[in-house]
Amino acid sequence: MSKDANYIEGYKPRRMAVTTAFKKYWQLYLLLLLPVIYFIIFRYKPMEFIIVAFKDYKLNMNLWDMPWATTKKEVDIFKWFVKAFSDKNFHTALTNTITLNLLDLIIGFPAPIIFALVLNELTAKRYKKVVQTIAYMPHFLSWVIIYSIALQLLAPSSGLVNIVLNNMGIESVDFLGKADNWVWTYILFGVWQNFGWGSIVYLAAIAGINPELYEAAAVDGAGRFKKMWHITLPGIKSTIVVLLIMALGGILGGNFDRNFAMQNKLVLEKAEVISTFVYKRGIKSLQFSLTTAVGLFQSVVGVIFLLSANFLSRKLGERGLW
Amino acid sequence: MIKSNKTKAGDIVFVVICLFVTLICVIPMVNLLARSLSDTSYLIRHEVYLFPKGLNFDSYKTVLSDSKYIVAFFWTAGLTVVCTFLSLFMTTICAYPLIYQDLRGRGIINILITITMFFSAGTIPNYLLMKQLGFLNTPFALMIPSCLSVFNMIIMRSFFYGIPDSLRESAEIDGASHIRILLKIYIPLSKPVIATLALFYAVGRWNGYTDSLMYITVEKSELFTLQHLLYNIIQSINSVDTAAQEGFSKPGLSESLKSAIVMFSTVPILCIYPWLQKYFIHGVTLGAVKE
Repeated sequence: MSKDANYIEGYKPRRMAVTTAFKKYWQLYLLLLLPVIYFIIFRYKPMEFIIVAFKDYKLNMNLWDMPWATTKKEVDIFKWFVKAFSDKNFHTALTNTITLNLLDLIIGFPAPIIFALVLNELTAKRYKKVVQTIAYMPHFLSWVIIYSIALQLLAPSSGLVNIVLNNMGIESVDFLGKADNWVWTYILFGVWQNFGWGSIVYLAAIAGINPELYEAAAVDGAGRFKKMWHITLPGIKSTIVVLLIMALGGILGGNFDRNFAMQNKLVLEKAEVISTFVYKRGIKSLQFSLTTAVGLFQSVVGVIFLLSANFLSRKLGERGLW
Repeated sequence: MIKSNKTKAGDIVFVVICLFVTLICVIPMVNLLARSLSDTSYLIRHEVYLFPKGLNFDSYKTVLSDSKYIVAFFWTAGLTVVCTFLSLFMTTICAYPLIYQDLRGRGIINILITITMFFSAGTIPNYLLMKQLGFLNTPFALMIPSCLSVFNMIIMRSFFYGIPDSLRESAEIDGASHIRILLKIYIPLSKPVIATLALFYAVGRWNGYTDSLMYITVEKSELFTLQHLLYNIIQSINSVDTAAQEGFSKPGLSESLKSAIVMFSTVPILCIYPWLQKYFIHGVTLGAVKE
């Protein structure tokens, strides 16, 4: 993330000799010991296993003794990457990941911004607070719960939504059993889960806008929407950009919890994404080399996307992440 | 005069939009509650909307008398409490030393921590590590790997930065040790952020099922978290349910039972979060907008 609250530009603390530093701060180093061990073991040690992507995984064999990946007895360390890209299921997963994430970006990303703008127009404080509390609620539900709510709410014959549709003379829609419908249901439940929670950040940014700007605009005769467009939106632009960069960085990523909970057998052609593909082929079918390769591809592309988005936003005169 | 009328009309539009949004959030839950409390016969005839018909608590009784749910409920509750304390401890001891600007090695540690936010080894390497450490099918797999979130650590560190240095310095002059300063000054002043992070960690653990799904197998199904159990139930009822819709068996019981199970595993969090609202709003803000 960006700089910390009281970071001072250009401030360089005087360097201490190691022994003096340790004498003065030994307690702090002691405190840091556990977190540092944690990061080494649980965040950096797994990176060692990335090498599996370039080897032929053998059960019960030491990582370093494992043979390099071979095709026709010749060493071919990119074998698993080639295999992945010629795998039809991987193609489906890759396409779906990008499609779903793009739809999330187009529909899910603006939703909290719009909601924050709407909330900002409410004058009754009590009412505003109640609306906020209720809008945060879906964020606290797990995706398993959200899917079971969806199942009951949208069931073709007994679900509330279809009962209402039937009463209006519209035929029942199979929201979760047909791939195309499923995609929209998935996206809209994503919006449902996040629009309230996501708005918190924007509301805070709006609160930071100088109120004099609004007064001046009012004197100039600007109406509600003019103020929104010319003051509020520019005021929260940098927040929007930061979150957009993060979202672009995650375009190949994905929320395993959400996807896995919401998918079902009928819609896999549109619902299978990279993370669920990796889980099924890796942990379930024990194809560790192939799935590690896929995971590495995903991570590297994620970093590249993040860096490019950040670079681009700085080029366009925004602050970016760092 | 005309202008103020116009403003009033505009205000009403926004009030109505918000009302609509609120309803969209609430209706699914109300529908769920109504289903869980309704009599089977009304459910079969699709007569239950927002109010229970033939009010009864049978499905809750079924849930509460099934030891499987109760065991998973208390196991997950206990796990959540332990994980929350462990995570808060780890987060605090990681964030606090890093606010000392002249601490040697601080820069490197900060960089190493930040990298992990953007690049992770991936699902399979993490799994292979769990395997190597012998964590598979043990409670450790559900506690240790997720015990420190970089994002939450940054929130806490930002909050610590907001506490005036002068407090710390005067305590140092009085001869207080750094751990003492943490315990006597920083932690008491950080209650809002601690409450926020406690909520984040607790919700994460309570709602989490990915690690349980990946690291715990059926042989140790007593270690499944509640959400994992719920996932299995929903996936298994699902097929029965489609059959039921076609009129093969009596759907009512499983339908209202399912609703009851969902309510049962959601209610704890829904009871807690509104009380912590003013804290977590602050926390989320600390983590994201910084000017």
